[in-house]
Formats: sequence, structure tokens, C-alpha cells
Amino acid sequence: MSRTIDSLCIDSLCRDCGASPPGAVCSACGSRRIVRHPELFRWHIAHVDCDAFYASVEKRDRPELAGRPVIVGGGVRGVVTAACYIARMHGVRSAMPMFQALKACPDAEVIHPDFAKYGAAARQIRALMADLTPLVQTLSIDEAVLDLSGTAKLHGAPPAAVLAGLARRIEREAGVTVSIGLAPNRLLSKLAAGRDKPRGFAVLGSDAAAILASEPVRLLPGVGPAQERKLHALGITHLAHLQALDDRTALARLGEDGPALARRARGEDARMVQPGQDTKSISAETTFDTDLADPRILETHLWRMAEKLARRLREKGFAAGGVVLKLKTTRFAGRTRAQRLPGPTALPDSLFEAGRGLLRREADGTAFRLIGLGAHPLLPGRLADQPDLADPEAPRRVAVQRAMDTLRSRFGEAVIGRGRGR
Amino acid sequence: MKFKAERATLLKALAHIQSVAEKRNTIPILANALIVAKGGTLSFTATDMEIAIVEEVPASVSRDGATTAPAATLYEIVRKLPEAAELEFEMASEGGQLTLRAGRYSTSLVTLPTDDFPSMTAGQLPHRFQLSGLALRGLIDRTRFAISTEETRYYLNGIYLHAAESDGGHVLRAVATDGHRLARVEEPIPEGAAGMPGVIIPRKTVGELRKLLDEESGEVEVALSDTRIQFKAGTVTLTSKLIDGTFPEYERVIPKDNDKVLRVGKKDFSDAVARVAAISSERSRPVKMALDRDLLTLSAASPEQGTASEELDGDRVQYSSGPLEIGFQARYLNDITDQISDHVEFYFSDGSAPTIVRDAGDASALYVLMPMRV
Repeated sequence: MSRTIDSLCIDSLCRDCGASPPGAVCSACGSRRIVRHPELFRWHIAHVDCDAFYASVEKRDRPELAGRPVIVGGGVRGVVTAACYIARMHGVRSAMPMFQALKACPDAEVIHPDFAKYGAAARQIRALMADLTPLVQTLSIDEAVLDLSGTAKLHGAPPAAVLAGLARRIEREAGVTVSIGLAPNRLLSKLAAGRDKPRGFAVLGSDAAAILASEPVRLLPGVGPAQERKLHALGITHLAHLQALDDRTALARLGEDGPALARRARGEDARMVQPGQDTKSISAETTFDTDLADPRILETHLWRMAEKLARRLREKGFAAGGVVLKLKTTRFAGRTRAQRLPGPTALPDSLFEAGRGLLRREADGTAFRLIGLGAHPLLPGRLADQPDLADPEAPRRVAVQRAMDTLRSRFGEAVIGRGRGR
Repeated sequence: MKFKAERATLLKALAHIQSVAEKRNTIPILANALIVAKGGTLSFTATDMEIAIVEEVPASVSRDGATTAPAATLYEIVRKLPEAAELEFEMASEGGQLTLRAGRYSTSLVTLPTDDFPSMTAGQLPHRFQLSGLALRGLIDRTRFAISTEETRYYLNGIYLHAAESDGGHVLRAVATDGHRLARVEEPIPEGAAGMPGVIIPRKTVGELRKLLDEESGEVEVALSDTRIQFKAGTVTLTSKLIDGTFPEYERVIPKDNDKVLRVGKKDFSDAVARVAAISSERSRPVKMALDRDLLTLSAASPEQGTASEELDGDRVQYSSGPLEIGFQARYLNDITDQISDHVEFYFSDGSAPTIVRDAGDASALYVLMPMRV
């Protein structure tokens, strides 16, 4: 009896019919997919994440695969691009080498990625989101964040109900499932979306700090393995430890980014939802046909990656504040090495020089199967390649690059190149 | 080996050498000072294999000898002894411990064999000249802030010292740049320097040399080759390797036709920059300068904290060209104005081109500053 009274006090929503049932089963449609949270109808920032997107699209098109493990990925030497939840139960993970994935899950159906198809599905989903609010920020092909504030009147329903409807519509029209996180800000919405996957709906609000406290620091977006090691070394293993740091202590113990990290651990985030693409990283990488150890040959490949990266940066209007060199040994051990650049650049020469410095320390006879070069942090393109007093040749190089870009845009990629890349 | 020396004499010598000795202790002998007592003098040597510093001081040596002992420890001990103390050092046997006594204090230090102490030979130093301590200090102080710390362009990690022609005359020039700013300072060329090669003196050497110059206003003897440079100031000799690289052709980046001239009092300007920049939370602290006839408006903005601006009008600035807006990092502006005594002169071209800054009362220094895109 007391349970029913509790339930009555907490807002609830049936994700299948939109009713607000008091109990564990929807009194209107009999569904058990009820989401319940004291602040369910209060928040309006939503993170929408497609579940195992590429694999789901493939399963949609080949219904006979529905109950089978599916891996999307390329080639004998390739890696897992996406794995369905059945394959994940066998231990298959994204970015895992294919042979390892197949060892874990030998009867998986391996499908070569068809990016055109995934792109089409993603566009279809984005259109459904755009129907609900103009404030849709695409984070990647299968992730977006929506700001539904002020739309309740328009839709005749609070954001939570609108989102449950969106999830149903995506399933029906695009044939894939999504997980939704609803919260007061972008960070919490993303964390919420991760709490109930796949086909989930979770809310985080005033309870966030208490819930996050017992989570490992790694949960926080932006805390990678290196940062995690650093924090662990300081005795900071759980978000509670970060939450406890005031700005001054965080600065003293963790450095410049400390206060922001502590605020994020408390679930604070002031980022706005900005319609359009949110590019987080730009990189270029290639897997060799045969493993390579010769530093000179590796440098030739690095140069091609630098050219590709520079072109992508310029196309998207960014500059690199630093470079990240990525290598993979024949044993699939990944190595990433990062270096800040003296000044933001979008020139292949500067990206290559920095990458080469990193590569020289790694190319010690080890055979590699993959090389990649990425830009991090990404900075606005207008900051790129400012005149450099220590480099009288710089203006000439910028002019040469511009001329090459113009030629390539008119006559195609192969019309001109540097001797180094041949 | 046995000798006596005064605390004050030892302290000064050890202070000079101990900062050169290697502190990271990867090669234990490099943390030691080589101590040689011979005749009436005592010499201390420290090296990190890039720089070697030798200081000779008078002492009453009763038994010649040599050993090596930890430089930092020796310095700490001597520093903590009472001011007027006389110290007695004794090493009974080769390879034994070094005993140090002062009054009723005594200590025994573990030594390492002198044969293990690396000798940094200067080799032939064909170019020799003299420069006053004051002149050398001026060359260093007005350029060292612009030395780059960027590892990839190691040839920028020092001061480029070379002979050059300026307005038809010969000068000795010091230049440093990190790509964002460049400092060029000249002195009349000393006798013997005209034929010297251009050399890049490493940052650490510059720092050690500058410390010695705090006390030395007399003549400094400079001797150099393509690969080594040596400074003799009073009782100290500092020998250093040079950076093996090619310094950029910096003359090509110094603008020639910047004709918009702003003249402003150094203190008025730097105080205003500091006040305006205080609002900015970015590390680079960009400050915008907006110019109009006899009016300079400095401003800064921070997305989190707000905005600030300050006007300097005709009483304090002279500017007669057209309107101009240009942005600089506050720190870069301050580094330069710190070296200027009374009035600063800016020579602009436009808001995105390199700007020249000079001391209105001193033509020997020239600074180039890259604007920020704000």
C-alpha cells in the first residue's frame, strides 16, 4: 500500500503509450516500460544515442540476423567498427581487432561497413529530431543532443513524453532503437543515456551528484586512461573524491583543468546546445597491407596522413593546437603520443614535422600495422598559421599550400602533390 | 689535502657553482664539485657536461690535493655555518672521506675519485674580446625573455650572439625569438669580435652567466669558437657548449615600412595594460589597443568575467595616423616594456602585421611583436 502512495508522488511515464501510470504496469496499455523520476517533467535537455547503430541498421535490413551476433567491420586485418548487443555479450567491443573479436564470438556474422546506408539512416533520424526542436546538436553519426525547452505548449506534452514518442517513431520509421537521457544539462543527459542501454530512458537531476559519487572517475567524459592513471596516483578513484574538491584545491592538486573537472564530477555543465555539427576530433589513419618497421617508409605514410589531416582541418575550418600520433604494433598494442604545437596550424608541413618528432622516438625497429595522425586540441581555423617571426619561410609555404588547394579543387586530388608523398 | 678558508669566500664560490652541478643525480659524479687545493689557491669546478664553471679563491693550503664532494650539500653546510667562521678541510688519504671542521662543528663527506670527474675542454678559442659586465647584462636582460622553450626548434632555445652591420657601423648583436616576439639588442663592437662566427648561447648558460654578472661590473673576457664559449668574470670562468644549429634569418621578419607611430609613457602604458588584462581569464590575456588621433583605448574581455577598458588621451599619448585596432598578449607587452625606461614607441603597419617596439630614449634595442587575431 505504501508503495503505491510513493509511486503516486513520483512522476511517471509509460514509454509505449504516454500515460502516467501509478504502478509498475501501465494501466492503459499493459506495458512494463515505465520511467519514473521525481523530476521527470522538469528537464528538457536530452541526449539521444542510437544503440549499436551500424549493426542495428544491418539487422533492420536483414531480419534473419535478428537473433544472431553481428559485427560490422573491415577485412582480415581490420577492426570492429560496431558490434550488436548479442556480440557484445560475448565480449566483442568496438575497435577490437577482428581476429580477436572472432575468437571471442566465432559464429558472428561479419558485415563490411556500408557508410552510405548508415548516413542515410542517420539523416532520417535527424529529420525526426528536427521536427521537435530547432536546437538539435549532432555529436556524431549516431548521437545528438536536443534542447526541448519551451516546446511543451507547441507539442501539447512535456519533453519526457515527446522524447518517448520520438524513440517510438525512430524505431518505427528508421528501424533502429535509441537510448535517451533526460537531464538539466548536456553532461548529465549524456551520462543518463548511458545508464539504461539499449532501448533505454533515464533521468538524472538533483539526484545526480549523489548517484555519480560512487562511480569511478573513468565514467566522466574526457577522463581517458592517462587521466585516470594520474587521478588514481593522487588517490582519486571515484567521482566523490573529485566532487569534494573546491576550485582552489582542485587547481592546486590537479592543475589548470582541475576546477572544471571537479565541477563536471558534481554534474555541473554550462555548455549550450548548439545546432550543427560538434566536431571533437579530426584525424587520418591507415592500416598497412603489410607490417612496416622501416622509419623512412613509415615517414612516407605519416606525410600522407599529414596531408589528409591538413586538408580535413581546412575543409572543416579548424586548426590543430597539437598533434596525436597513433600507432598500432603487429601485436595490436596501441601507442598514442601527443605533442603541443608551437602555434595552431592547418599546414601539412607543420603537422608532419611534429608527428615525425614523435614517430622517431617510436620507430625503433618495432613493426607497425597502422599509423594515424590526429589534431588535438581543435582550434578555430582563423587562428591557423599566424605569421611566425622565427620562420621567414612560413608565408611562402602558406601560399604554396593555398595554390595546391586551388588546383586540387579544380582538377582533382592527383593533379599535384609533394615529392615526399610519392 | 688540507686547507683553511673563510666562510664568506667559500659561500660565494659555492653559490656560483652549485646551480650548475646536476641535481637530478642521474650521473652521481655530476652532482659533485671538483675541489683542487694547490699553492695558495683553491678551485671549485662543477659541470653538467654542457656547462663547466670554475671558481678560484684564496686559501691557506697546507697540503696540496684534490677530491670531489657533493656540491649542493657543501653549499648548504657552509651556508648554515656562522658568518665569521673559518673552515678547515682535510682529506687524510686518497679516496677517503673529506673532513670539514668549523669551531666545534665537524662533518665527514663521502667523496668520489677525481679521475671520474668529467673534464669539459674548451679547445681552441680563436675569437677573444672584452665587454663590460654592464654591457653584457644589457644584452642579456633585453633579449632573454624572448628565448623560446620549444623543443622542436632547439636553435631558438638561446641567444644568438653575432657581429653585424647596422647603419654602416659594426655592432655586436644579441637576438632571441620564440616566433611571437623578437628582441634585437646591439652594442658597439668590441675589439676582436668583428670576425667572430654567429653563436647560439643556450638558455641555461645565459641564466648562469647572468647570475655572475649581478656582482661583476668590471670587464668580462669572452672567448669563443664554433662550438664553445667562455666567459671570465673576476675569479669565475664559465665555459659552455653552444647550440649546434642555424638561427633564422631574422632580419627578413623585421618590418621596414611601419609608419604609424604611437608614443606613450612606459609607466602609463604598462599600468593600464595590467589593469585591463586583470579581467581576462585566458592564459594568453589578449589586450586590444584601439588608436585614434592622440587617443589610445586599451581593452580586454573575458566570456566569463566581463570587460574592461582604459583610455589614455592626448596628455599621455602621441599618435597622428589613422584609426587602428590591434591585439597583443598582455605578457608579451609587459616583457618588452619592462626593459624600457621612460617612453615607448610603437611602429604599426596594420592590425595583423608585425609591430616594432622601441625605447624612445635608446636606439640600441628593437623589439618585434606579432599581433594576436582578436
